[in-house]
Amino acid sequence: MLSISIPHEQALQRALQFTDWAAIRYSSETTTHRMVRNDRPESNESSLEEGAMCEVLVGGHFGYAATADLSLSGLQRAFDRAIATTRATSAHKVHAFTPDQRPRATGTYCSARDRDLDALSVAEITDCLMAASQAMRLSDLLVNRSARAMLVQTQIDYFSSNGSETRQSFNMLDITLAATAAEGLESQTRSWSYTGQFGGEAFDRAIFQENAERIAREALDLLRADNCPSGRMDLVLMPDQMMLQIHESIGHPLELDRILGDERNYAGWSFVKQEDFGHLQYGSPLMNVSFDPGRAHELASYDFDDGGNRATREMLIEYGVLKRGLGSLESQVRSGLPGVANFRSASWNRAPIDRMANINLEPGTSSLDELIGQVEHGVLMRTNRSWSIDDYRNKFQFGCEYGQLIENGVLGKVVRNPNYRGVTVDFWNRLDGVGRAAETHGTAFCGKGEPSQIIRVGHASPPCLFRDVEVFGGLS
Amino acid sequence: MSAAIRREDFIDRVREHFNTLSSYLLSQLNVDEELTINVAAEESLFVRFNSNRVRQNTDVEQIGISVRLQSKGRTVEKSRSLGGNAEADRPALMHLLAQCRDEVAVLPLDPNQVSIENNGTSSEEFRGTLLAAEDVVGAVVSPAAGCDLAGLYAGGIVIRGNCNSKGQRHWFATETFFLDYSIYNGPQAAKGCYAGARWSSAEWKSNLGRTQTLLALLAKPQQDVKPGAYRTYLAPRAFADLLGMLGWGALSAAAWKQGRSPFKKLAENETRLSPLLSIDENFALGLTPRFNDLGEMSATRLPLIEEGALKTLLVSSRTAKEYDLGANGASEGEGPRAMDVKTGALAEADVLQALGTGLYLSNLHYLNWSDPVSARVTGMTRYACFWVEGGEIVGPIRDLRWDESLYSALGSKLMALTTHAEIDPAVDTYYRRALGGSRTPGALIDDFSFTL
Repeated sequence: MLSISIPHEQALQRALQFTDWAAIRYSSETTTHRMVRNDRPESNESSLEEGAMCEVLVGGHFGYAATADLSLSGLQRAFDRAIATTRATSAHKVHAFTPDQRPRATGTYCSARDRDLDALSVAEITDCLMAASQAMRLSDLLVNRSARAMLVQTQIDYFSSNGSETRQSFNMLDITLAATAAEGLESQTRSWSYTGQFGGEAFDRAIFQENAERIAREALDLLRADNCPSGRMDLVLMPDQMMLQIHESIGHPLELDRILGDERNYAGWSFVKQEDFGHLQYGSPLMNVSFDPGRAHELASYDFDDGGNRATREMLIEYGVLKRGLGSLESQVRSGLPGVANFRSASWNRAPIDRMANINLEPGTSSLDELIGQVEHGVLMRTNRSWSIDDYRNKFQFGCEYGQLIENGVLGKVVRNPNYRGVTVDFWNRLDGVGRAAETHGTAFCGKGEPSQIIRVGHASPPCLFRDVEVFGGLS
Repeated sequence: MSAAIRREDFIDRVREHFNTLSSYLLSQLNVDEELTINVAAEESLFVRFNSNRVRQNTDVEQIGISVRLQSKGRTVEKSRSLGGNAEADRPALMHLLAQCRDEVAVLPLDPNQVSIENNGTSSEEFRGTLLAAEDVVGAVVSPAAGCDLAGLYAGGIVIRGNCNSKGQRHWFATETFFLDYSIYNGPQAAKGCYAGARWSSAEWKSNLGRTQTLLALLAKPQQDVKPGAYRTYLAPRAFADLLGMLGWGALSAAAWKQGRSPFKKLAENETRLSPLLSIDENFALGLTPRFNDLGEMSATRLPLIEEGALKTLLVSSRTAKEYDLGANGASEGEGPRAMDVKTGALAEADVLQALGTGLYLSNLHYLNWSDPVSARVTGMTRYACFWVEGGEIVGPIRDLRWDESLYSALGSKLMALTTHAEIDPAVDTYYRRALGGSRTPGALIDDFSFTL
């Protein structure tokens, strides 16, 4: 995707007459959704979101105005709105900021890919989705067989009055296959997702068919399976559930804007206190968690955040001890805590806030068989289905699509509706085994903020073993 | 600096722009093509507060347009943001149309395609009296001096428009605000929302005063409530949170037919809910336009659940075509847009007495299906929630996790609904300010299950 030329220099020069600092973030994002359901086309849609966020620093307060009119007069009108409102609100600002929170940055970023998404034809995509839908047609009990792909191409160009000029280009994919088996009043769904910064090389018909057939078979297995047993037992979580566990019980509570109270009225606060950094034994010594924006193909990789801060890998938790929060330069100066480059916005019409990016659990030393072999009585769970956690990020309850009992170190029969619940710090201190083979997952739909924003995050993790967890099944 | 654009001008400007562009696009169609065009626009000021101070302020002006081309039995939809200048936007839209045509040429047949019809015309505009952008912060924070207030003010104009190649044309514009907020006493908080079309300082002070009264109750000694089953009162906002799950596939005809509905037993008359429960889609609440993205009009009042029995699911025309059902003006997502729950017989003044001993919940948080086949939902308590004994509030509780089937909570366990109901306006701001909302009473539920 090419950057377009906008008259940023003239607009910034004029804005600087009335402000201490100014910037323009141009964003263009094309999102294409294609879906096949039961061997028929269900939807073929695309959207182009293109506009500019004009940002000003007036009286120590950053304020914003968004416009899709990219002419010089359009940008000037947006700056006028931002200046007028920010001038009126700066007397009530939460903190006196300076241009130090917007360092000068120059550079470019481009998602790793073998084949550009633009080179992919509609027919090629449709063929893969159709092949997947057809591969799931194993039984009349499979009442819903869907294959969907979301392709995202994003260009973010950032220009500031102190000389920043960054240009970042992203290619992202979110592919989901799902099979629902139903009989009588019972139904079970099994899914497979492939999410990250990829190009057209991801559309491999054979891989689509292989995974489609597998999940269809597993959905039929679930339909006939017993409910997951209830009680306290050991729990092995596979990477496609670890993703959710990391996201909800590590990522969100470590966001410094939550800890500072910005998010209290919406997603919530955090049990983590400012004084916990450097001290809190968040989990067992096996727990090492990183913020890693440089991991190729992970969904939230980038070189610069939306405040021009260069993104680098940082350790958040080392040997179970909390070290660093997920806070932008604004949150860092407000809290006095170390943070990361995570000042991110969802679109041209939203201001950046502290967001997760790639939050990864570092690999350990065990094979999956070794993890299972350590379990006398327990369950292995795959693929998130249900998620809920309190507004301080303590009490969670998560459910998975697919469970398998473990007895005396051996993986056994399939169980349906597997769920577990716990309290964050207690749960992570029950971590007793970390696999050595990590998988990378992510979601394009993390919601947060006022006004609200949906953003993309990545989570890489190996399978993990937790001891003595409250597990339960369904009622049906 | 140029003078600020008056808000009224935005409605006029977008209407004229939409008319100009849509007329042009429709004139460019070939004989075998049909087109549906939607516009969604807003001119909004967002101000985020923390500690009764401003964290961020963002002005947003956006116009988004979508075109759905139906041709040769294929369907393609594309949308884009517009700059608002006809000379620039006209070729941009022609490019969208050309892209649609390119895809129509290679896509498979869409057997569930719904023919475009002329569903008539409508036009509604609701003007408000909002604060000038420069006055918002002072008006909010002055009465709240001394409060630890966090929240979001969002105000301005929201527009939805629709037309198609059969001559259909709909227009809806409204000028409103909301202040969705919470106030804090250390870790304890009470939630409030002040919304409307005319800002009144007296109303804001009164609204804040009620929330402060609730917050004051949190100063009582905290109660340690163990997991278990308790009689529970869900205040209207909490009950709205619980019923919000009906929008997660429970009332969707497509979800039912595709094996994804948590209300399959209800849809197939294997069970029914409490006779106390009646729920309508009620567009007379005026919260959202009656027309959907295809311009189809829902009935002003559409009974969904009547005295516990399912009256109808929400059926979009696409679902109706695929499964040979009758469409009822539902949007493609088949979720309620203007849910109105019939009130009951429990007077507000009698709530605590009727509760006796149990839990009073003001708000719920982060709900999700925990076992969809059983319509089981999990979630948390949030904000001002209390332990009650002998009809008296004893003190606030620590947040509790609950896990309960809607078949039970809205069925045999539902003891009473209150005589008063509250409107819960949509305060969603993902992508753009949402329209819609619901009106719900409070609900008294026996043996509500708390798990952690």
